[in-house]
Formats: sequence, C-alpha cells, structure tokens
Amino acid sequence: MNDLEYQVVVGLEIHVHLATRTKMFCSCELAYGQAPNSRVCPVCLGMPGVLPIMNRQAVEFAILTAMALNCRVSPYTKWDRKSYYYPDLPKNYQISQYDLPIGQDGFIEIPIEQGRTKRIRIRRAHLEEDAGKNTHTFGDFSAIDLNRAGSPLLEIVTEPDLSSPAEVRALAQELQRIVRYLGVSEADMQKGHMRFEPNINLHVTRNGQVFKTPITEVKNLNSFRSIERSVAYEIERQLDEFIETGKTLQMGNKKTFGWDDESQCTVLQREKEEAHDYRYFPEPDLVPVEVSTEWMESIRSRLCELPLMREKRYIQQYRMSEYDAGVLTADRATAELFESAVQAGGEAKRVCNLLTQSGLKMSNDRGCTMAELGISPDKLARLAKMADNGQISATSAVLIFETMTQSTDEPEQIAAERNLIQKSDAGEIEVLVDQVIADHPQAVADWREGGKKSAKSRGFLMGQVIQKSKGQANPKMVSEILDRKK
Amino acid sequence: MLELTARQLRDRIVRRDICSVEAVEAVFAQIDKSEPTVGAYLTLDRTGAMEAARRVDEKIAAGNSVGALAGVPMAIKDNLCRQGAATTCGSKILANFHSPYDAHVVERLHAADAVILGKTNLDEFAMGSSTENSGLKRTVNPWDPTRVPGGSSGGSAAAVAARMCYAALGSDTGGSIRQPASFCGVVGLKPTYGRVSRYGLVAYGSSLDQIGPLTRDVADSALILQVIAGHDLRDSTSVSEEIAPIPDYSAHLDDPLKGLRIAFVPHLNEGADPQVLAAFQNAVELYRSLGANIVEVRMPHLDYAIACYYVIATAEASSNLSRYDGVHYGHRSKKADEFAQVYNLSRAEGFGAEVKRRIMLGTYALSSGYYDAYYLKALKVRNLIRQDFSRVFEQADCILMPVAPSTAFGLGEKTADPLQMYLADIYTIAVNLAGIPGISVPCGFDDHGLPIGLQILSGPFTEDKLLRVARMFEKTANLPQRVPAVLG
Repeated sequence: MNDLEYQVVVGLEIHVHLATRTKMFCSCELAYGQAPNSRVCPVCLGMPGVLPIMNRQAVEFAILTAMALNCRVSPYTKWDRKSYYYPDLPKNYQISQYDLPIGQDGFIEIPIEQGRTKRIRIRRAHLEEDAGKNTHTFGDFSAIDLNRAGSPLLEIVTEPDLSSPAEVRALAQELQRIVRYLGVSEADMQKGHMRFEPNINLHVTRNGQVFKTPITEVKNLNSFRSIERSVAYEIERQLDEFIETGKTLQMGNKKTFGWDDESQCTVLQREKEEAHDYRYFPEPDLVPVEVSTEWMESIRSRLCELPLMREKRYIQQYRMSEYDAGVLTADRATAELFESAVQAGGEAKRVCNLLTQSGLKMSNDRGCTMAELGISPDKLARLAKMADNGQISATSAVLIFETMTQSTDEPEQIAAERNLIQKSDAGEIEVLVDQVIADHPQAVADWREGGKKSAKSRGFLMGQVIQKSKGQANPKMVSEILDRKK
Repeated sequence: MLELTARQLRDRIVRRDICSVEAVEAVFAQIDKSEPTVGAYLTLDRTGAMEAARRVDEKIAAGNSVGALAGVPMAIKDNLCRQGAATTCGSKILANFHSPYDAHVVERLHAADAVILGKTNLDEFAMGSSTENSGLKRTVNPWDPTRVPGGSSGGSAAAVAARMCYAALGSDTGGSIRQPASFCGVVGLKPTYGRVSRYGLVAYGSSLDQIGPLTRDVADSALILQVIAGHDLRDSTSVSEEIAPIPDYSAHLDDPLKGLRIAFVPHLNEGADPQVLAAFQNAVELYRSLGANIVEVRMPHLDYAIACYYVIATAEASSNLSRYDGVHYGHRSKKADEFAQVYNLSRAEGFGAEVKRRIMLGTYALSSGYYDAYYLKALKVRNLIRQDFSRVFEQADCILMPVAPSTAFGLGEKTADPLQMYLADIYTIAVNLAGIPGISVPCGFDDHGLPIGLQILSGPFTEDKLLRVARMFEKTANLPQRVPAVLG
C-alpha cells in the first residue's frame, strides 16, 4: 500500500511587503518595531469620514514586480473592497483588487537541481493593504497594534506548478532575490516582509486510476524552512489520510492549517461556521488607475537583469563556478560592484576571489552585503590590478581589502604605508640572490645536482631571498632570477 | 438683524456696522427661544462660537483682511467631522464619539472666518427623509411643529428657517439637502459629485454623497459654494480644477440668462400633490414669461431610479458602516463577553431600525450569487439614467421638477411604511445617481401655509448656470413674505 505512486501539486500565495516610504492609502510612514499605534492617522485607523488616497510608488513597485514576473500588466486597474470582520482590520473591509489585478498570466524561473531551471506560472499579482496585528498576551483582553495596518502588500499567486518541497522553497528564495533586486521590498523574513501560503494536494495513482486528495492551505508561513517542512509534512499527512480514508478532493472540503514550529507539524485551524463571502465590490472612494504608455515605459526602464539570468551569464562569461556566481549575484548591489570593478579594469577572476573570499567573510561578520562594505568599484579594480601585476602578494591583497573597509585610503597608499609593495627591481633582487647563493653552498649544490633534495633546496633558497628582502621581493621574479643561476 | 442674509451680514460686519459677537448673541437668543420647540441642534458650542466671533471682530478692528464668511454664524450637519467636537451622525453608536480631525469643508469654513455655532440633527447616518430616524433627537418643522422638517439634513434646514443660524451645511445622498430645504422654505444646493471634497463627511453612499449649503437665498448658496468647492488631495473623487474650473459663482448671479432652454418631464409629475403641481406649473410659466424656451422631455429610465438607488446606496452603506463595531471607538455593548458578541451586540444596540434595514438590504445585494442580479444590474441602470440626463442636457440648459410629491408631512405619518418614505424621494434620487447638481428654491405655499420647493437641475459642473437660473426665479417670483410659525 505504501508504495503508491503520487505526484505533489503545490500552488503558492505570497504576500510581499513593499518598501514604499508611506502606507498604501495614507501618508503614515512605514515603520517596523516602533511603539504600538505610533504610526497611525485617522485614515489607517478607519475613523468616520476618512478617505483613502492611492500611493503611486506602491503601484509602480507592483507594476515593476509584475513585469519582472513576466505578467501581462493591465493599463487599467481598479480597487475593490473585500469585507470581513476582524479586530485588526479597522474598517472591516480591506481595499484590494478583485477582477482587474495589476499583473496576470506571468511566470518565474526557479533554479532546480544541477543548474537547471523550471518555469512556474504566475496566475496574478495584485496590490492590497495589510491589516494590523493582534496580540493575546494580556490575560483577559487582547491588544491591537495598527502600525502595520494599511501597509502596501503585493499578493502573488502561482499556478499549482510546484511539485516538491524543495521547489516551493526555491521559488520563495528566488522571489526574495527578485524583489530585492528590483528594490521593491527589503524582503526581510524576520520582519515578516514575506508571508507564504502553500495550497497542497496529491494526485495519487492506484490501480491505474488517479485520485486527487483534498487541498489544504497552510497559512502564514514566514521562513523558508517552515515552507519546505510544512509542505513535506502535508505530503506525508495527506498520503496517510488517503490510505486510511480514501477521501478525495470535493467542492468545499478544502482545509486550512497552521504550522506549529515547535512540534514541526501542521495544525488544523478552527473552521468558520459560515462560508466566507467577501462581498467584493468596486471601491467607490478611489478612482480606477489608468497607466499611460509613458508611465508604463518609465517603470519598465527600471527593470534590471534578474538574478538567475545574471548568475547564468557569470558562469558563462567569466567561467565562474556556480558557487561563486551565486555569491556574487545574491544581491543586486554586490553584482553591480563586481561588474563595475571588472569594467574599471579589474581582472574578473581576481575581483571575484577578493569578493567571494575576503568580502563574503567580512560581510557575514558584519551582517551586511558586500556592496555595503564601503569599497568603491574603482578601488576594488585597482587593488585587483596590483595583485595581478605582482606589485603586491595575494596575502597583502586580502590585508589591503580589509583595511579599505575601514578607511577611505587608496589601496596604493595602504600598500606603501604598510610596506606591502613587492620589490620588482631585477638588479636589486639579483644582488640578494647572489648573496644567498654565496652563503649556502650546500643547499646550492643539492639544488644543482637535481636529485631528491633539489626541489626542497630550491624552496629553501627562495625563502632565504624573500626573507632577506623583508618579504618584499616579488616571488615570481626571485624564482626567475634564481633559475637563471642554476 | 436676524432677517439679514449671510452675505448682507458679512458685509455689515466687515463695514463694522455690526460686530460678529452681536450677531452670534442674537442668534443664540433666537436659539434659546425656538430650539426647545424645533430641536434642530444636537450640540451647541456657545463658548467656541463667541471666541471665534471675537477673533473675527478683532481681525477687522486691526484692519486685517477677513474671509468670505467673516463672522457669519453657521451650523453644520452632524455627519461632518469637526476636530474635538462630537460627531454623532444622529446615531447611538457614535453618541460619544469625538472626531480627531476637521472635515475639508470645516477647514474651509474656518479659513473663510465663519463662526460655527454647533451641529445639527439628521436621520441616523443620513438615512431618511424626515429626520425621524435620528437616534438622538426629534426635530420638527418650524412652519408647523406637528410636521417633519424633511431629511436627512432636517436639522440644518430647520435651523436656517427658524433663524437659528444664517446658513448651514448639509449632505445630500438622495435628496437630503434639497428635500428638507423644500419642506422648510429655504434654498438647498447639491453640487456636482466631485465639486466639494467629501473628506470628513461620514460616508453613507460614497458614490452619491455630496456636501452643500442650505441658505436663506440663492446668493448665499453661491457665496458658500465658492468657499467649499475645489479639489482636495485627500478625496480622489474630488475633481481637479484643471478639468472643471471654478467660476466666480456670485459675479453674474443677477444677470438673467438669454435664450434659456428649460426642460420638464411631464410623466414624472403624475403622483404629485395637486398644490405642488400647481406651484410647479406656475414656475414653468414664470420662466416662459421670462423668455425661456420650454421643452417637454421623456426620461424613460427615471422610473427605475428609486430601485436602483436603494441597491447602490445600501450596498455602499453596508460596507461603509461596517467599521462601527465597538472595537476601536464608538458604542461597545456592556453585555458582550466574547469577541463576536462585541460586534453583534454593539451593532444591535447602537444602530436604529432604518440603518439596520439598509445594512441588510445592501449586504444582500452584494452577497455572492446576488451581486450580478442586484448590484451589477443597478450599476447598469445607473448608467442609463446618466444617459437620460445627458441626452436632455444636449437640448436644454436645465430641467425643472418638483422636489417632493408633497409638502412637509406629519410626524409619524410615514414611519410605519418605509417603502412609502422611499417613494417620496422620486424627484431627488436620480440626480445623485447621475452626479449632476440640483437646487431647491422656494416656489410657493400650500393651503396649510407650508412651503413648496422648485427643483432645478443642470449638467455636471454648471453650478454657475444653475444658480443664475434659480436667481431669475427668486428675483421675479414675488412670493408672499411669510415667516415660519415658530417665529410667531
């Protein structure tokens, strides 16, 4: 019974917090972690008599994202009211978009195993306002913080094209990378900037017949791990349930689950007695949005190469490893730092190494992106060049890189001040080589004999020369000059 | 002094013939006399009004420039938010609610140096045609205290008629300015939808609501419209002045229009009271005598206006009023002991019968499975009604209609039959569906001495023309000079 064949079918609903300056329909600033109810006004409090005003930047961010997700972007969209009663929703309706979402029928490419990608269709992307936050830790009453109420949310709905927990996670991560690239969201999972709701079921084949299990929706997931695990858990649970009960998908038997992070399982949420009827109707307080061709094009001009494309290009163009390409394209500013440094004359491999080795470690230590370490593309390029033409050693390059993140000094200046410039004067080096040869006849003899000890002796002689130069002789030149004297 | 119009009073205050403080004192003396009978006000702000009047007087004394309504004592309907003041909407659910902000029109009144006396009674959340649906107070008609003042801006109309203010603001969703103006013998103007910002007007039917003045004469309506009209960034449905410029409404008010073409809709008049019809006919004849070209038109879709209105307005209302839930502000039931009960009991205790009826109607109309048959259909009918009007305005400058089928009816006369009450909105409702401006001007009296109103309608954003046409009538009609009974 347990080796039933089955296919996993998952569609994902994602809420992305847009990083606009102000809320969706009022001029309160968006804020995270402020004192409760300190970022509110009559409009987002739903006071009698207030009216919403549309945030143009939110519309632009939504359109930009819809474009990046290859959606058909509607030049005419409107707002609708979605009614439901909940204490964190001050008006008891949410301004959303019902039948004319900003974007429709798009797709996103997600990375799957072995450098391959998979195309997941996007059903729609629409704008709406977020609700506030209820807190139930006060004993006999609950508290409501409305700082978040009215924040702009982009809801993205995929088609059920995902077929494994890993794919669901990959989509979530890829989307995070995209919205960060576009600069439309900080997409900080810890701050709840992205929330995920997978809809999951299985197509089980038994005796040549396909059975679809009832769909479950897992609500409000806000970490990549919980998305992946909850889907994996649901697959097992649905399979067990199917084997046990044989229940299949029917109208109205969709169930809503929450995710219990402690016990790592999904928990059935209390079913509402009455069926949900959101009573959508066009928001009479807002005029429809007409996006002119000029406006559309000015938004389109802000589109950039998406991370996955960029990653592929780096692998091809710069012969980078998949790992290095992934690190460099993790965020847009870092990728741009890399490319600008290359453009300024830094050799790609060298720039890449500086970033993926010293840069990555330092940015991890400091909890920032590599672009935020404070090194300009130009300085990075010059540093790479110095290392490349032997002016400094690879070890010195790392040292200078680290120093540059803490000072505004030029790489050349740092190298000079710290005596890191390698001696490349052939005459000077030759004098040192001659001295070492004179001082160590035994080693020279072993080296010239060419026997077992030859390589070791050569290394010893090299070391002596470098030491005599106080570490400043260019090893490449020392090696050349020494070999001439064999 | 109480017989002056707002404009006349303002001029005398500016000339320092009268000071604003005197005018305010005179009005409060009148309020002390008539308010116990009329009951127009829900709240009075004597201290605030006196202070405001003093400030205006000081400004003038100091030779500073003052606004267009300098020192004029005015009232506002209690669904308009005024910072720090009770804003009840005539509802128990907001009986103790104080608005944290000023409505756009209140800001404009302040900027024009008007003196706000207090806030007037209304049908709860502006739902009604008699002010009897107020959950807080009863207002009667100053012409006959056994009759209703009309509604929903009944308090504003009664206050103007009883000289308890020089002018007032009301709101009009289906006739709520024009009908009480007609019942109380004052002028009531509903501007084009989008002409005046709704910011701070507590919403009933968002796509229909519009704020306008109730005044002693047409010139005062022009004066106040000038103050409150204009684009407001906080109301996206308020129309930009680039699209619809604001003319000087007073400049040419007294110049009669030449070649005026006036339309009327004979089949609509069938249900009206004979005395109302007679006054209406006289008005038509007066315009004819002034050289207007009178055309009879048909507006076939107006028959569906009431049905259409009671779907759209209630649908919007059901959503607009969902915020009154006892959670964040307003009445919260003391009997609630779990959270769904906070909603259910607070709303059950806070809302009156008519509001509940309309919330239920609207909720039904928007429910899944009914939306297409009701709401969507109503939107289509609304479009047809709009087209009816635009077709008429291709061949006429204005349309004349009665305001209501009858003069003010008796208190309690129609409360038992809500449908009867709805049907009385026949002449006013289509105007809101079409979004066009309309004005009610006094045009006579019936046998009981009750005022009759004449309604004039014109195309979108042609309030200047509408006011001039109304002024032509007012100037030449020579109505008998009568005063409301409460003035004795």
